[in-house]
Amino acid sequence: MEVITLNGISKSFLVAKRPSGIKHAVKSLFHREYTTVEALRDISFSIAPGEIVGYIGPNGAGKSTTIKIMSGILVPDSGTCTIHGYTPWLERVPYVKNIGVVFGQRSQLWWDVPVMDSFELLRDIYNIPQAEYRDNLTLLVDTLDLGSIIHTPVRQLSLGQRMRCEIAASLLHSPSILFLDEPTIGLDAVSKIAVRHFIKTINKEKGVTVILTTHDMNDIEALADRILLIGKGTLLYDGSVQGLRGQFGTRRTITAEYRENSNPLDIPGASLLSWTPDRAILSVDTEQILISDAITRLSSQVELLDVTIDTQPIEDIIVQMYKEYEL
Amino acid sequence: MMKPYLSVFRLRISNGLQYRAAALAGVGTQFFFGFIFIMIFQAFYAHASEAPSMTLSQVITYTWLKQAFLALIVLWLRDNELFQLITSGNIAYELCRPSEIYGLWYAKLLAQRLSSALLRCFPILIVVAFLPEPYRLQLPPDIVSGLLFLATLLIGLLMIVALSMLIYISVFVTMSPAGSLLLFSIFGEFFAGLIIPVPLMPDWMQKIVYILPFHWTADFPFRVFTGNISKAEALTGILAQCLWLAALILFGKFTMDRALKRVVVQGG
Repeated sequence: MEVITLNGISKSFLVAKRPSGIKHAVKSLFHREYTTVEALRDISFSIAPGEIVGYIGPNGAGKSTTIKIMSGILVPDSGTCTIHGYTPWLERVPYVKNIGVVFGQRSQLWWDVPVMDSFELLRDIYNIPQAEYRDNLTLLVDTLDLGSIIHTPVRQLSLGQRMRCEIAASLLHSPSILFLDEPTIGLDAVSKIAVRHFIKTINKEKGVTVILTTHDMNDIEALADRILLIGKGTLLYDGSVQGLRGQFGTRRTITAEYRENSNPLDIPGASLLSWTPDRAILSVDTEQILISDAITRLSSQVELLDVTIDTQPIEDIIVQMYKEYEL
Repeated sequence: MMKPYLSVFRLRISNGLQYRAAALAGVGTQFFFGFIFIMIFQAFYAHASEAPSMTLSQVITYTWLKQAFLALIVLWLRDNELFQLITSGNIAYELCRPSEIYGLWYAKLLAQRLSSALLRCFPILIVVAFLPEPYRLQLPPDIVSGLLFLATLLIGLLMIVALSMLIYISVFVTMSPAGSLLLFSIFGEFFAGLIIPVPLMPDWMQKIVYILPFHWTADFPFRVFTGNISKAEALTGILAQCLWLAALILFGKFTMDRALKRVVVQGG
């Protein structure tokens, strides 16, 4: 039983365009040229209840557009989208009670009043029963550590504090689906970890389905069981993080430190990323040479002092995929 | 059903009431301009060739009411948060709420005006009721006129909020509040009788003014207060106000629905 089903969703925008310069500025007074930007092309996927799905892609790939369509803000040009049995943009008001949305770059809290006032406003807007509101609030305050900031006006909060409040605000009405559009943007390491931990917790304890877009691959590795990769409006990959590694991440990085040796290293199937007389970084393609063979060869050429082997960070895999798909 | 709107209203009122310094400065400004307006009218009346259709004392009372209730009647009072909401795209959040945006914004704007007027009107009204003649505010001829004034001012306020909603809706199209705000505030202010009371305008201009809705928001209640408009006329006026109010709200909702259908929230 799928909770979210998108089928053939396409969306294009008209963008006014003109070359720079006074001449063209004057010209555009009389005649304006528009280009059509295809933000989404035939996007289809479905998501089961309780999944955490990472939605990734370069800037301008169409991530936020998809989130906006799924939250009923934008109307797609074609295609169908069924979430919880609703079509978001047609049945907006009854539908939105079931979802929580966090736009990392925007704010839903009232700037000049304490966070608590905004929460109480949301309680009334969503018509949340008092008992449910109290339980949710207690859970959110505890897990997001909001106790000390909840009575502070929003304008006096740091970005990390505000973001934690934003996330709490989106969950007060116990939505069963949570859309997070770059929830960790601009946060420091501690706040990021707090936010990730929290997302895991509500997913486990309340079974909330989470769709999250991010540019921070650590978010994805820490949270998502499944990733959707989108580029230039097209869905490129749909599967597990491990699957992505298996498909693209066949390279390992070997960092070797050794006694001074002026002879350059020569290992087939591995390329030298950097080299100094006492330190070398190699990129090894495991499809061409086994790691053990590479190290054997290495130790035969130099007097090894220390060796570390790193799997390719998922960022690199993504960059590699972008290159492969020419995004 | 009304709970979300009441909640927005309450929050905005309590938020607005915290700006004491702004209110104090406002009161000072209102007194200053009140005296200037009155002195200009005194000069006009001293040299009038024929008796105008409003007495000087009525005009003075009219001016003080205008200064005291400024926040309830001017179109240039704006909520920059709403403009930013539209132009920055934060409206995305409003669109994810299970409520009508028109109602939420209406409640917010209404509360902003009320909180702002509550802080300002009493100091001004108390002081001008005790000023020496001829600057003193003259109380309404009887209690019924006073009550009719309150009713007409209230409906006028509801109309002003409905009118100002149109400014916010226009920003969906123009993406900049400057133009609509300027147009609405200059024309609206003039046609509402805030520069000169409507009875002092030339006849041909009065004809235009009476076709437009603006004079119902300020000129009408103030003249009910001064007794320049009779109680019978006030009652038919209230009916006209209600009709205008209904029309403005329906038009606003209709245009907002249309604007929201084609809204594009860009970026991020």
